[in-house]
Amino acid sequence: MSIMGTRVVRTEDPQFLSRGATYTDDLIDERLTGALHLTLVRSPLAHARITAIDVEEARKAPGVAAVITGADIDLPAALLFPGADKNMVRSWLAADKVRFVGEPVVAVLTEEAYQGQDAADLVEIDYDPLPAVIDLRAAATDEVLLFEDAGTNTSNGMGLDDAFDENFFDGCDVVVTKEIVNQRVAAASLETRAASAVWGGDGRLTLWCSTQAAQGAKAEVAGWLGVEADLVHVITPDVGGGFGAKIGADPEFAVVAWLAKHTGRPVRWNETRSENMTGMVQGRAQLQTFTIGGTKDGKVLAYRLDVLQDAGAYPRLGAVLPMFTRMMAPGVYDIPKVESRARILVTNTTSIAAYRGAGRPEATAAIERAMDMFALEIGMDAAEVRRRNLIQPDQFPFTTKGGAPYDSGEYEKALDMVLEASGYTGLRAEQKRRREAGEVVQLGIGVSVFVEITGGGAFSEDASVQVHPDGTVTVLTGTSPHGQGHATAWAMLANEHLGIPIDKITVKHGDTDLIPRGSGTMGSRSLQTGGVAVYKAAGELVELAKQRAADLLEANVDDLEVVEGRVGVKGTDKGVTLAELAGKEELKVDSVFDSGAPTFPFGAHVAVVELDTESGKAVVDKIITVDDAGPVLNPLLCEGQRHGGIAQGISQALLEEVVYDEDGNPLTATFADYGFPSAAELPSFTLLDMATPTHLNPLGVKGIGEAGTIGATPAVQSAVVDAVSHLGVRHIDMPASPLRVWEAIEAARSEGGAPIDTARSTS
Amino acid sequence: MTKVQITVNGEATAADVEPRLLLAHYLRDTVGLKATNIGCDTTSCGACTVLLDGESVKSCTLLAVQADAQEVTTMEGLSADGEHLHPVAAAFRAEHGLQCGFCTPGMVMATVSLLKENPTPTEREIREGLEGNLCRCTGYHNIVRSVIAASGQDPDTVQGLNGHAETAPSGGVEVAPGFSTGSDS
Repeated sequence: MSIMGTRVVRTEDPQFLSRGATYTDDLIDERLTGALHLTLVRSPLAHARITAIDVEEARKAPGVAAVITGADIDLPAALLFPGADKNMVRSWLAADKVRFVGEPVVAVLTEEAYQGQDAADLVEIDYDPLPAVIDLRAAATDEVLLFEDAGTNTSNGMGLDDAFDENFFDGCDVVVTKEIVNQRVAAASLETRAASAVWGGDGRLTLWCSTQAAQGAKAEVAGWLGVEADLVHVITPDVGGGFGAKIGADPEFAVVAWLAKHTGRPVRWNETRSENMTGMVQGRAQLQTFTIGGTKDGKVLAYRLDVLQDAGAYPRLGAVLPMFTRMMAPGVYDIPKVESRARILVTNTTSIAAYRGAGRPEATAAIERAMDMFALEIGMDAAEVRRRNLIQPDQFPFTTKGGAPYDSGEYEKALDMVLEASGYTGLRAEQKRRREAGEVVQLGIGVSVFVEITGGGAFSEDASVQVHPDGTVTVLTGTSPHGQGHATAWAMLANEHLGIPIDKITVKHGDTDLIPRGSGTMGSRSLQTGGVAVYKAAGELVELAKQRAADLLEANVDDLEVVEGRVGVKGTDKGVTLAELAGKEELKVDSVFDSGAPTFPFGAHVAVVELDTESGKAVVDKIITVDDAGPVLNPLLCEGQRHGGIAQGISQALLEEVVYDEDGNPLTATFADYGFPSAAELPSFTLLDMATPTHLNPLGVKGIGEAGTIGATPAVQSAVVDAVSHLGVRHIDMPASPLRVWEAIEAARSEGGAPIDTARSTS
Repeated sequence: MTKVQITVNGEATAADVEPRLLLAHYLRDTVGLKATNIGCDTTSCGACTVLLDGESVKSCTLLAVQADAQEVTTMEGLSADGEHLHPVAAAFRAEHGLQCGFCTPGMVMATVSLLKENPTPTEREIREGLEGNLCRCTGYHNIVRSVIAASGQDPDTVQGLNGHAETAPSGGVEVAPGFSTGSDS
């Protein structure tokens, strides 16, 4: 029986569940013996000039080996995103100006970790405060500039050169426009950022760091340090979650490496949660204005999306993500006219980068809100309006007006599945009953249909498979798992060809000397690129083994088959094991798989909330999802990815928001303040299966890592609004906190809140 | 410096420590047991949960001196090795109750404590009982299933919904769509 598609428990877990994983801060390595501990003194102000730094007292503190300021570091400030205004560079330690609370200013190196904070407390920094730019519209006025030399707060733009078409909505019966917030959220991986560095006698840097992409981190750090890439060896130990925020390297990694060089000693750094919540990149942070127009019978004719993207103080990956938002703007709908643009602005906040979905959830949130508001306006059921506009199966491959080349999809089937499984008609009946009875706890039903893009960044990935004479197998992969279970999944893919048990197959990743090429794990790309590469390499290894065995066994290659790690002549007992072949000559294949294009997984979610109209509190009662990413290699892992995504989607809709006050003080800098969901705030999830293959790889697989987030966020937001729409509420920004919901109800009531369309049709 | 004597996973340990040293750092850096993780500075995440004389505590909130002359159990103390997992750890593996693994040691220890107090918890009791342990990867769905399974109950029954894509027996082999046909190589 094939192992493909079976529920295989993880090979990672025996270690993780007995002695624990080994994260960067757990490393015990002789090269790190005697390492200094780095403590960073970070800016307490969002925007200020540094007028004086006094480190003399700190230098005298017990255990202090060095105290370093920006003036000491001889590296040029770096443009962290190449497409940004070239003046928007970040110094390694701020010397003249700070631009966000949490920006590193002084580095303290001590023999013991606890001594670091003692010494850091003795550093005196004088700041001359400047007005902070937090609000995106304020940023766009350029009245206060973060970078005077740039002369603007606009980092970059997309589609800004062409004015919107003023006749765009001609012919529409109904046009709805709305400004909505896709709020800033924190990736909040449980492991914070960490790095350790040492320079060897050979002049090479060894850098252990928590990253989703070792090879990318190597290239970035080498570039920042101004050394040849070959001189940098990045090793990725186990990584405690990433969710996009650990793509590549962080500037602090370069500081750690520079300090190790400067002091001639190994240096370790592991940040606190407060540092993480102020200093690590965050996600989303778009202010969107959508306009949707169509006919009274529910056909959408035109859709426009205008995005202001917060880049944070120093543009990073977030500055390019509106590209995905624009590309995915029309979602699953066949909309004749689509236009969009994005302005990316700097503000006095921590930088924005990728967070689970990275640009696509923002697109989905906007179009799904637009569909809901359009549905309300024409008095049609939300599911029905969606149905009338879905791209149909016979239209694939389909290039949208957003420019996305959708490979395959069956959107209506996905919608039908979740509607049926949720008992949608019954839910609407129950909702009607509660509305008519005027009950305090109202029912809200949210529907989303979504499509996303996976493997959208890098289409190619490397893999190497080697069988050893002892019968074990080593798989090298350029992907970089941090919870996804590649050690198990890639072993399954190798096993499928080799027939060698997965507990004899070791999957290695994240060591740039061992695996020089790779693009890491991000954008749900791993299986459809790296996984397929492993599958391909193992298949090629089997062919190689057959050729060698043919000579040995004096048989025709076509008469050979590989079963359970042995090449045998069909119908006979003649054969040779792969291990024996490996004993005669190295049995190893390096392979590359290039899909040439991204894939477009899709799905549909129904969320059901119970909303207390007196307190404004909404609780997700049920969520039913289809997340179709093609054939499922290991349902255990796939479901895990869906669960995590759904939870983060629900949580963005209801709980999470990184908040800065108007002076740029972070108000959510700890887990005591940030709306991180616990088990008590989430329901169990109902997953439905659907598998529409792509033609872009031999396994037909697409990415699953982000789907849940993309579908759940709008479904839950929609459900909350739906629960109170009969009171006149049309929209509630995320997170739909009790206060926001209560305010929306009160506002609708004070505006006369004419109850509307309580007798909505059901599909 | 203050002398402490703490029994960790059944073995006597002793050290002169700063009075401010957190128990979590004592376990990690003084004793060298790295499974216990630290995920926040506000006693919110529970990654550092250990048992102190059998009761679950967050070891980032306790000073090492407060554990003097007491017994601490960390995740390393539960299972002999990876092949012989404690029933709670084994349930986490069978139900895929972990992904990145960072919350796992704390989550497993909190579960041991929870099940000691309530051997057959309901889903709600599990969710509220683990409220102080945060996980970013799993959405808690499979953690809840793991705890149910560890209590000897059937996750599908207790969870009360079709949690798996198909109603496969817990931990059983099930063929997912897409590979169910045509992949007989």
